[in-house]
Amino acid sequence: MSTADIEPDAASAPPASMKSGGRRFGDALFNALSVGSGLLIFVTLAAVAIFLTLESLPAIIASREFSGSADFSLIEYSLPLVFGTVLASAIALVIAIPISLGIALFISHFAPRRLASALGYMIDLLAAVPSVVYGLWGGVWLVPKLEPLYVFLNTYFGWIPLFAGEPTAPMRNLASASVVLAVMVLPIITAVSREVFLQTPRLQEEAALALGATRWETIRTVVLPFGRGGVVAASMLGLGRALGETMAVLMILAPGATFSLHILEVGRHNSIAANIASKQAEASGVDMSLLIFTGLVLFVLTFVINAIARWIVARSGPKS
Amino acid sequence: MAAPQPINVEDLNIYYGDFLAVEGVDVQIRPRSVTALIGPSGCGKSTFLRTLNRMHEVIPGAYAKGKVEINGEDIYDAKVDPVNVRRRVGMVFQKANPFPTMSIRDNVLAGVKLNNRRISKSAADELVERALKGANLWNEVKDRLDKPGMGLSGGQQQRLCIARTIAVKPEVVLMDEPCSALDPISTLAIEDLIHELKEEYTIVIVTHNMQQASRVSDRTGFFNIAGTGKPGHLIEIDDTDTIFTNPSNKQTEDYISGRFG
Repeated sequence: MSTADIEPDAASAPPASMKSGGRRFGDALFNALSVGSGLLIFVTLAAVAIFLTLESLPAIIASREFSGSADFSLIEYSLPLVFGTVLASAIALVIAIPISLGIALFISHFAPRRLASALGYMIDLLAAVPSVVYGLWGGVWLVPKLEPLYVFLNTYFGWIPLFAGEPTAPMRNLASASVVLAVMVLPIITAVSREVFLQTPRLQEEAALALGATRWETIRTVVLPFGRGGVVAASMLGLGRALGETMAVLMILAPGATFSLHILEVGRHNSIAANIASKQAEASGVDMSLLIFTGLVLFVLTFVINAIARWIVARSGPKS
Repeated sequence: MAAPQPINVEDLNIYYGDFLAVEGVDVQIRPRSVTALIGPSGCGKSTFLRTLNRMHEVIPGAYAKGKVEINGEDIYDAKVDPVNVRRRVGMVFQKANPFPTMSIRDNVLAGVKLNNRRISKSAADELVERALKGANLWNEVKDRLDKPGMGLSGGQQQRLCIARTIAVKPEVVLMDEPCSALDPISTLAIEDLIHELKEEYTIVIVTHNMQQASRVSDRTGFFNIAGTGKPGHLIEIDDTDTIFTNPSNKQTEDYISGRFG
């Protein structure tokens, strides 16, 4: 309460005391509820972290005991999965970010208003499609369609390591998984970027236009610099989704466990999440513990990426 | 460079969608002079100003019909690119709007670097100095050209915006209540600047402040509106002295003597 402009005797003038006999019930209740909800987040996060750590301990200990043996190594088991997860997500982002920015800019600055709102609605719908459906669509329909493209890339751009190797049909390779992941992260990146672009101060855009900027120049000098932090945040949200995505990868990718950069080759990669999903039903004992350890790795990975994203957003925020 | 010709407006109607905002403006604006536009809120003076560099139409649904000639060329001709119009008719806004991510120097050069035009470092340095001197800002910022433009005071930011506008060497500078967000001292600095700028540029300024109009302008136009929802009209335009001492229209007299409404 601001009391600075109230005369001292004005406060003492009314006969009733201003002191309240304890806090009002509604306030107390709401206060407890909101604090409780806030705490719940910490408790949940801590519970997940503790569960993952405790349950993966047997695998960590077993790995120690067997160290030196080629049969079993925690690191050897996990690293190819981390590699596959990060590679698939990175490729998905490389595909999705430019397209998302294009769509977001089209909706926010180029499309006629009615078309823009229809498009925005469709993008939101795309985000609501369950990942199982994407997995089905990707595995059954998209994979055969991509085959000619892969053959083309392999034939003419095989000198680039990514497209090297020997792709064989059906193309259940990392590239296909990445394409479907790209489709899945596209809506979130588009939606967040669009919101950010729409918030560009009108006065800034008019400043550029009044200097004789074309529409593209206005976007380049005003809209993109303004939205940079938001676009980074959007991409990281997309990355988070891609890293953890399970069903689509599981249903498309023929698994393997190598550090191969040949994304067109089948049976070379797998992702952490898809690996857990495919094996957890039959796993028990140390095997289960091993899977949970990879889950812990994924947990930490997404944590680190989120932290980096926040750092970038904070750094690239508007200077004042 | 040939001397700028008058701005010649004939029978201009300005719309927001179906709504006729300003009706039937006929006016000629003299070169290298300051023309002030005054009138009550909502009378269409800012709307009219924005049609002089085709900034009006950036608002969805907004358009203008009629003729606006600058240097004898109709800027509403179908073949005219509004981008080219805005390079020749610059604009300063109500609130200072330097580009927040750019340094002072880059702000001044922003317009010059558009359309992929390249400029050598020495030419850029010279242009920055000239534009900032032209905006009476050079002495205050010459030691911190690489600092962000947003770090300046409100009045300095507005002069930075003027520097940015004159750096592209327009023929006409439009000012939409450029001092409305400034303190009296900053306002005075801008008004002094307007006096200097009219040596080189044709200036049209919209102002809410009648004293300001009488201080800075050579000619003054009075806009009025018959009522809410009705279109605004240019009631009269004449030498500033005449408008403020002996206006020919009763509405103008009522407005300037404070008996409006």
